[in-house]
Amino acid sequence: MQRKQVTIDGNEAASYVAFKTNEVIAIYPITPSSNMGENADAWAADGRKNIWGVVPAVREMQSEGGAAGTVHGTLQAGSLTTTFTASQGLLLMIPNMFKIAGEQTATVFHIAARALATHALSIFGDHSDVMSARSCGWAMLFAGSVQEAMDFALVSQAATLRSRVPFLHVFDGFRTSHEVQKVEQLSDEEICALIDADLVRAHRERALTPDRPVMRGTAQNPDVFFQSREASNPFYLATPSIVQEAFDKLAAITGRRYRLFDYTGHPEAERVVVMMGSGAETAEETVAALVAQGEKVGLVKVRLYRPFSAEHLLAAFPGTTRAVSVLDRTKEPGACGEPLYQDVLTTIGEAVIEGTSPFALIPRVTGGRYGLASKEFTPAMVKAVFDELKKATPKNHFTVGIRDDVTHTSLDFDPAFSTENEEGVRALFWGLGADGTVGANKNTIKIIGEETENYAQGYFVYDSKKSGAMTVSHLRFGPRPIKSTYLVTRANFVAVHQFNFVEKYDVLATAEQGAVFLLNSPYSHEEVWSHLPRSMQQTIIDKRLRFYAINAYDVAREAGMGTRINTIMQTCFFAISGVLPREEAIAKIKESIKKTYGKRGLAVVRQNYAAVDAALAHLYEVQVPTQATSLRDAPPAVSPAAPVFVQNVTAEILAGRGDQLPVSAFPADGTYPTATAQWEKRNIALDVPVWEPDLCIECGKCVFVCPHASIRAKVFDAEDLSDAPEQFKHIPAKFKELPDKRYTIQVAVEDCTGCRLCVEVCPAKDKSQPSRKSLNMRPQLPLREQERKNWDYFLRLPDVTKNGAVKYDNVKNVQLLQPLFEFSGACAGCGETPYVSLLTRLFGDRALIANATGCSSIYGGNLPTTPYTINAEGRGPAWSNSLFEDNAEFGLGMRLALDQQNGYARALLERLRPTVGDALADGLLSNKQLDNRDINTQRELVAALKAKLAGSFEPEVRDLLSVADALVKKSVWIVGGDGWAYDIGFGGLDHVVASGANVNILVLDTEVYSNTGGQSSKSTPMGAVAKFAASGKATPKKDLGIMATKYGNVYVSQVAMGASDAQTMKAFTEAEAHEGPSLIIAYSHCIAHGIDIAKGLNQQKLAVESGHWPLYRYNPARAERGENPFQLDSSDPKIPLRDYIYTETRYRMLQQSDPEVARFLLGRAQEAVNVRWRQYKQLAERKL
Amino acid sequence: MDLSTTYMGLRLKNPLVPSASPLSQTLDGIRRLEDAGAGAVVMYSLFEEQIDLESLSLNASLDHGTYSTAEALSYFPEMTSYNGVGPEGYLELVHRAKTSVDIPVIGSLNGISPGGWVEYARLIEEAGADALELNVYFIPASPFISGKSVEERYVEILRDVKRTVSIPVAMKLSPYFSSLGNMARRLTDEGADALVLFNRFYQPDIDLEALEVTPRLALSQSHELRLPLCWVAILYGELLADFAITSGVHTHRDVLKSLMAGAKVAMMASELLRHGVGRITEVLRAVEGWMEEHEYVSVNQMIGSMSRTNVADPSAFERANYMKMLASYRAAAR
Repeated sequence: MQRKQVTIDGNEAASYVAFKTNEVIAIYPITPSSNMGENADAWAADGRKNIWGVVPAVREMQSEGGAAGTVHGTLQAGSLTTTFTASQGLLLMIPNMFKIAGEQTATVFHIAARALATHALSIFGDHSDVMSARSCGWAMLFAGSVQEAMDFALVSQAATLRSRVPFLHVFDGFRTSHEVQKVEQLSDEEICALIDADLVRAHRERALTPDRPVMRGTAQNPDVFFQSREASNPFYLATPSIVQEAFDKLAAITGRRYRLFDYTGHPEAERVVVMMGSGAETAEETVAALVAQGEKVGLVKVRLYRPFSAEHLLAAFPGTTRAVSVLDRTKEPGACGEPLYQDVLTTIGEAVIEGTSPFALIPRVTGGRYGLASKEFTPAMVKAVFDELKKATPKNHFTVGIRDDVTHTSLDFDPAFSTENEEGVRALFWGLGADGTVGANKNTIKIIGEETENYAQGYFVYDSKKSGAMTVSHLRFGPRPIKSTYLVTRANFVAVHQFNFVEKYDVLATAEQGAVFLLNSPYSHEEVWSHLPRSMQQTIIDKRLRFYAINAYDVAREAGMGTRINTIMQTCFFAISGVLPREEAIAKIKESIKKTYGKRGLAVVRQNYAAVDAALAHLYEVQVPTQATSLRDAPPAVSPAAPVFVQNVTAEILAGRGDQLPVSAFPADGTYPTATAQWEKRNIALDVPVWEPDLCIECGKCVFVCPHASIRAKVFDAEDLSDAPEQFKHIPAKFKELPDKRYTIQVAVEDCTGCRLCVEVCPAKDKSQPSRKSLNMRPQLPLREQERKNWDYFLRLPDVTKNGAVKYDNVKNVQLLQPLFEFSGACAGCGETPYVSLLTRLFGDRALIANATGCSSIYGGNLPTTPYTINAEGRGPAWSNSLFEDNAEFGLGMRLALDQQNGYARALLERLRPTVGDALADGLLSNKQLDNRDINTQRELVAALKAKLAGSFEPEVRDLLSVADALVKKSVWIVGGDGWAYDIGFGGLDHVVASGANVNILVLDTEVYSNTGGQSSKSTPMGAVAKFAASGKATPKKDLGIMATKYGNVYVSQVAMGASDAQTMKAFTEAEAHEGPSLIIAYSHCIAHGIDIAKGLNQQKLAVESGHWPLYRYNPARAERGENPFQLDSSDPKIPLRDYIYTETRYRMLQQSDPEVARFLLGRAQEAVNVRWRQYKQLAERKL
Repeated sequence: MDLSTTYMGLRLKNPLVPSASPLSQTLDGIRRLEDAGAGAVVMYSLFEEQIDLESLSLNASLDHGTYSTAEALSYFPEMTSYNGVGPEGYLELVHRAKTSVDIPVIGSLNGISPGGWVEYARLIEEAGADALELNVYFIPASPFISGKSVEERYVEILRDVKRTVSIPVAMKLSPYFSSLGNMARRLTDEGADALVLFNRFYQPDIDLEALEVTPRLALSQSHELRLPLCWVAILYGELLADFAITSGVHTHRDVLKSLMAGAKVAMMASELLRHGVGRITEVLRAVEGWMEEHEYVSVNQMIGSMSRTNVADPSAFERANYMKMLASYRAAAR
């Protein structure tokens, strides 16, 4: 029977089966498993049914802990239930997992395995999460490919029902969860054939019901607990056979045969590798190649890792095995070996001791680590492991894939070794996130996978930036199944969709001889050659590449598609790769366009058709000269003026050579320098703001709102201008505290993202030509050189100091303060970062920031560069991210430490008065540090203290020196998004605000989980569509601020910079001054709202004007003065809610998909706004 | 008292028809119009340009930021359909209206592309509309577009649509033609079943504080009736097409004048938006009252009674009228 072939990723494969075989699904977003929950939610919203003909209930929880608790409850009440998670999420489920297993409950959790956060967070794949769950008593079944993710999801479900042992169905995060492959889809009948209806009914029979009451969850004493625990043994002993039976049933239906441990390789292998997960696919490909070369090697793929069946493992090895290497995709520091290694070693050891060993000779067993956090695992590395096993004393406890020059664990490997299949196409596409390259490639895979006999594989690599992000798509097509679970190493097609990449990256490094090279070039095919760097020209000549060029941006512009060049480049790929006949390919592309975009409307389809039709007419083959002619080569990644670490490490990562950096290049404890983003000149803006001084009113609004701190203002003395570049602009300063000075606005054009927020906010218009403002967007390229000089000069001008001469309590003056957060990787036009920037301007020189995981931790702390920076004195924010769920507590911890150190320092000062001197001690102890002047004074006193005590060997003096800095007032900021504050971290946040501690909490409220792709949080407003709320959120937004005001001693403010920057300023200043907990909830527009991001500030204004986002401040200090602490800062709603919300796609989507529900929810939401506004008015107007 | 009339071959129980407006955006709204006594309903306009813009804007929003970072490959859930983006929502409403109300349902279409006019007209007919009004809302902003080409555009649109559908088709016109009469004749020759006079254009305003141009739709006033009244009176009897007057119909007197000038129906929107659909009932009652008082037995008696062909002094609709009016104005000013 011909089965339905689909091209899907691992997440879809697993969630497809999970959705079909469950009645309840509890979800919570975490990369890389979020897509499984998204699929479940979207399918349920679409009315899709499980195999019992009902739509599963899908419920988002506040955390993975919550999801696990819910799962536990639904299982106890008799419903088949599942969930999806990874990494820290799995850790949060562990307490419930012990319970679920202890109660012998049938369930499957699907895990896209991901690294646990240690010295750093990583979203990428390894087994450290699932290995942490080994002791829970769950079976663990590892899939290594997309097909296996579908098959094993079903086998897990079948086996858990029979065994009553809960299952973790594990596949590798990203490599499998996000790899697109052509697979066979299981039909409902096939799924039903494995799910025994009697077992499902038996599961229900075990449910708690008052009709047959029993109880679980008892507490037990030493007399019986142990015996009860051992009573579970038969379940675990039976499980391996149950899994094998399910495998056999699947084989009978599908022909795909699996064993608990699958052996592949030479029947008389002497060297055998044991491993599990996606890496085993690469190992299998390598083993096949080595066996073909006559090597006696083999591979044991571990499928069922828990319960670990020693008997089945031993049976899998050829008796000829003399050396075994066990590869673990995890690290357990301090252990005598990683988990799989220990299990294999124990198994072999026990067999030898017990005399049941199947081996002719006792094999040598080594263990090694590979692939942490999706580190590439290639055939070359597999070969290195086999080569090592040839040695008389092979290295044990090795690593492979890195260069460890510290403890020398690593195996050398030959990167040139390749087992790439010579047949078919191996293609690389270098693009930008914004140009649609990945989406087009996914369509290409679907076309080839579903419309031809070819197998297809796609894997996509993204950088960590949210704006101007680079993507590299790795595609393989061919007549044979593709097991290459590694990036394309020998490409016969390379497309570069962004011309500036030719200078930044070695894009042709993996191109093989005679490959096709397609370049999107702003230059014609006659001119393009002369614009390439010399080294690239030489590569093209040496490798005899066939070189094609197209000006795709011109074609896109003509088709009205802006910068989306996806379908144009896709058409070119088909035209010159020869995968399909040209006409057929174009017809298929058009079909695919209709399928992909049809539901978005005809106009989109027409536009894409036009682009396809126009593409080929603009595609040219470039005549490659016989000699390289260019006189220039790619510039260095960073300026030679950058610090050593940036030169040696950061620059290498920026250039795409991070994989080659050795262990010694890195700090062992995750400590990194700040102030490195300034060296990464990204040049991603096509247009940048240009200042027209004649119109400027020096209001500072542009500086205030710039998300990337790339537009700045300074006031300086005229004499500072002596060596100013000719083009440097300046006007008389209009600051009453700073008379007779000059003023300038300067744009860092190489760091600007071109978001336009500054232009939109600029109030200064030319009276005769209002389209001309004091800031106008102009093309960046012609300005780059000139403005680079101006920027460098601008940086040399002195910054203002916080010496008390100027009050920084208003927007105009604050523009002069140096932002200590700059050039982050946040989205162009980000609504969060202007608040972070403000925080750092006002308090950054004495701030500790605890940052919840989320957008702000990624643009704040994702390598390669760090946007938090330092001032001229070397001070700046000290920043750390602990976890998602614990950020309030983490920040409170910082406060407690600072207070404790301050207390100790003060005690020591008293004790050491004779040494310190009364005047200095009194000065330090009596300074209340209520303003910047006092804080400066305190810093000077601390400096004097250090100078005075320097060189002393007295223990107490040395102690005082070690805590002396704590005498200067520090500002603790707890920063995070609404997913953290309203949901997963709310318990901690509530505790911290209740603690009375002097911390400042900044909630960057985008009303969704932005970082993981826009899932609904409790902050999501009623009627908005979000992932996990695909039918529109039916419940109102939680009123976090008002809840916090109920404590009475908490400063609370709700702000929206776009509606009132002055109110925002006041809130930040008052919050910091409040000697207790403060909570600022900041409206942050976001691309997840579906808006023109340049109008983000206007959206904030509409949110306030409609009453959706009232501005207020609740200041306990006012209550102490006998005044009403609650001040409502926005006026009565001016516009109906619909006039605000229907300017945003998140709401309009519901109108478009379900107008009746949209109308209903709009009515309720408007009512909720009215009620809340009345409540706020009452609060503001009450008499104390 | 017989209030019934025919319009484009459709039998209407009375000549008061709500013209295209937000009042017909929901089934409930259409039902309320019928309950208030409307003789037929012209649906709100299906704007091809709006559909395209919605489609492109939705696409831009859904694409923005996608496939850029590994954690967030998209920012919105996948929807299986977006009814509001294409014409589906509109067509469904036409269909539901047809099965829910007894009065004729007239679709209204504003296209931008030749393909769009034809395709959407066909779909509206398929959805069950009794007739179709083509709302050619076009502002020739470029000084390089000749009057002739503007006229051609109208004629071609009508020709294409008439070839596609078999339901009656009305053309809604603006007054801005050099020779409106000639234009009306050409359209009638091309098969227009009715001419609807006149379209109202959005006329943008200037925000003095923000130095911005702001869109603003001003609701009509009674005095605006005079222009369509004049033209219907002039053209009545000259052409085979039916006439409808829209713009400025607010009171029963406006309805009566419209009929007398030669319109088969009087269309009302601003008045209903301002004072509610109950005004239909009130105006109809007042029309009846006036007719009773003035001893009319049917509206047919009065249709075209005051048109240029039927009045005692046809020149009253021509230049002389203007001259006289200016003279009387001068006299009053003195």
